[in-house]
Amino acid sequence: MSATTPFALLANATSLPWAEIPAWPVAEFVHATATELNRGARFCAWFGVPEHSGTCLVAVLAFDVDNTLAVGRSEAFTGAYPALTTTHPQAHLFEREVWEQHGLTPAGHPWLKPVRRTNEKGNAPANGEFFRVEGGEVHEVAVGPVHAGVIEPGHFRFQCAGEEVLHLEIALGYQHRGIEEALRDGPHRATMSQMETVAGDTTIAHATAYATVMEALAGTEAPLRAQWLRAVALELERLANHTGDMGALAGDVAFLPTMSACGKIRGDFLNLTALMCGNRFGRGLVRPGGCRHDLDAGRAAQLKERLETALADTKQAVAWFWDSAAVRARFENVGTVFPAQATAIGLVGPAARACGLVRDVRFDHPAGWHRFAQAPVAVWPVGDVFARAKVRSLEIERSGDYLREQLTAPAEGELRGELAPPAPDTLAVALVEGWRGEVCHVALTDAAGRFRRYKIVDPSFHNWMGLALALRGTAISDFPICNKSFNLSYCGHDL
Amino acid sequence: MFIIDTITHRLKRGCETMAYPQGPAPVLPDRHGGALKVDATQCAAGCTACVPVCPTQAITRLAGKPVALDLGRCIFCAACVEICPSKAITQTGDYRMAVRRREDLVLGAPGKEQVRLAVALDKKLRRLFGRSLRLRQVSAGGCAACEADTNVLGTIGWDLGRFGIQFVASPRHADGLLITGPVTKNMELALQKTYAAVAAPKIVIAVGACAIAGGPFVGHAQVNNGANTIVPVDLFVPGCPPHPVTILHGLLALLGRLQNENRAAR
Repeated sequence: MSATTPFALLANATSLPWAEIPAWPVAEFVHATATELNRGARFCAWFGVPEHSGTCLVAVLAFDVDNTLAVGRSEAFTGAYPALTTTHPQAHLFEREVWEQHGLTPAGHPWLKPVRRTNEKGNAPANGEFFRVEGGEVHEVAVGPVHAGVIEPGHFRFQCAGEEVLHLEIALGYQHRGIEEALRDGPHRATMSQMETVAGDTTIAHATAYATVMEALAGTEAPLRAQWLRAVALELERLANHTGDMGALAGDVAFLPTMSACGKIRGDFLNLTALMCGNRFGRGLVRPGGCRHDLDAGRAAQLKERLETALADTKQAVAWFWDSAAVRARFENVGTVFPAQATAIGLVGPAARACGLVRDVRFDHPAGWHRFAQAPVAVWPVGDVFARAKVRSLEIERSGDYLREQLTAPAEGELRGELAPPAPDTLAVALVEGWRGEVCHVALTDAAGRFRRYKIVDPSFHNWMGLALALRGTAISDFPICNKSFNLSYCGHDL
Repeated sequence: MFIIDTITHRLKRGCETMAYPQGPAPVLPDRHGGALKVDATQCAAGCTACVPVCPTQAITRLAGKPVALDLGRCIFCAACVEICPSKAITQTGDYRMAVRRREDLVLGAPGKEQVRLAVALDKKLRRLFGRSLRLRQVSAGGCAACEADTNVLGTIGWDLGRFGIQFVASPRHADGLLITGPVTKNMELALQKTYAAVAAPKIVIAVGACAIAGGPFVGHAQVNNGANTIVPVDLFVPGCPPHPVTILHGLLALLGRLQNENRAAR
């Protein structure tokens, strides 16, 4: 499909000069993007780049079956353009964001409202009006921003008829820390630690995406040893989070044995990351040009031994869970997202794979160590809570197998190489399959090689709409298990 | 068969809750390094090598003054430890870092080489909260790491419930707040409302570099550089994120529940 595209092609973790990206007048550009989406491409990123007195729109698309990415842009303009969302819903949040950040109006957008802008008083997000269902029997439930647990803030607005949820609108923005804005003219002193905290439970994936972008801009790549270490740390991150979520799902249906066991095992996996770098979330491990801590033979042996114990414990705890008919019955046919919906809204990660979509950056767009060693893609049909839990548990097994294999055959060599300064007027793209799905970083440098624009797309940005759709027609009491089965990031969305 | 399985499992594993604080504290990962110590007498005259490498601007050295390292801003990346030519900044390996006053985290002045650890609440508050503390957690721009390592205290390994400490689902049920994140502008109102909804007397605990001083986001227009810009804070727990044992130690120190700690450590 990609062979005939007018867009500029590039592989994951590479760069190309800004001048080589084809530009169209905006209406033609939107039409060209729609054409590519119609024949199998999907949205990775869509953002504005200020140029002269206007803004160019840039689209980064993925042709998964061809293992290639495509980039195109509009000429600089101001004012309105024909919205893509009307025909391609996966653009809906991207277009709202571009409207908020650059004042470009996607004409015809069905639900144009702020994403994370602060209100006039400067103390809360400008949520705007919520969608309302009218009727004497209809009632509205508002939850958050502060939630009943140790969890990030966001606001959920349910329109219900009795127990049944007719519509859920999710209003975020509470976690907005200004990361993208701070990156202008970067990298700065704080940039690396900000990248490690875009979404704190996805430190390795975001740090790897950032480091990869810097390496692509320098026209090089990290030493193989570092690529291998990043791949190991990425799977440890996946194991910790998936195991924690299996425990949380068990807790939400009051299945305490798995909840208790997984809560502890999650910590065991985090401690393995800490064994590598001292930090349970992997901070300080990945740096542009390589890694900062090595895994010597003694440490690797300890990692392997403790990993085996944790994996065996997980296997047992997860087996109890699937063994229980009560748990299975509670998860089946709850919170279903249909495959057609998943494709239309551009779901990524385990949430997409639980709808039967084969969509995994490690497989579709391998970069770094994944060019040499891959894990099978875990897919399950149906799209309900059961499927999402099933995909998580399959991925736990496959990540375990992957790590077992990798730890027996480590890459040798340097830990970190020198990095040339970023190339000027160049665009670089890095995709990493984090545990929630596709982490996308796009950098565009100016004439001096500083960041002219840096775009971060956390998988949650694609997937929050999936949770909203999962709730349609479901009982409001099923919200907790639906929410846990996605477990999306608030700060990754809010940046 | 999971019933038999789980019962066998439990019998085989026994109690998995750690002995701390009666027994030894869990060991920090060897690459963690623990709290920092600043011996400014070691600094070469005019040396400012550590100042520009700190990602969160936690280190300052004004002309003629000793170096000052603010452990509240510190994210424990150890870049300063690595670059210091005279080993003036070192890692102590100590997990204990929580303090009662913000200034107790500033290291470097004579007699202030290390953090001045938290002391317990006064007698009246200790009587109220010492054996039963209910906390409402407010994440206000937290990245989910401080939240995760606070959450882990509720798991079987740590079992926070044995100290009478519990996270509750409403500020009306709470004796205080545990805040994470720099407090974004967008969470300012929600934090103020939550604080107001907790009945007095109440306490506030700030967990992590963001909640203490803005962390990696210090100075951004979108954030407030820490919880104490909005509400009074009674306990500051440094880290990015703090290790769970650092948080637990802080909570227990605040409640005056650590009389046995030194004996156990020996």
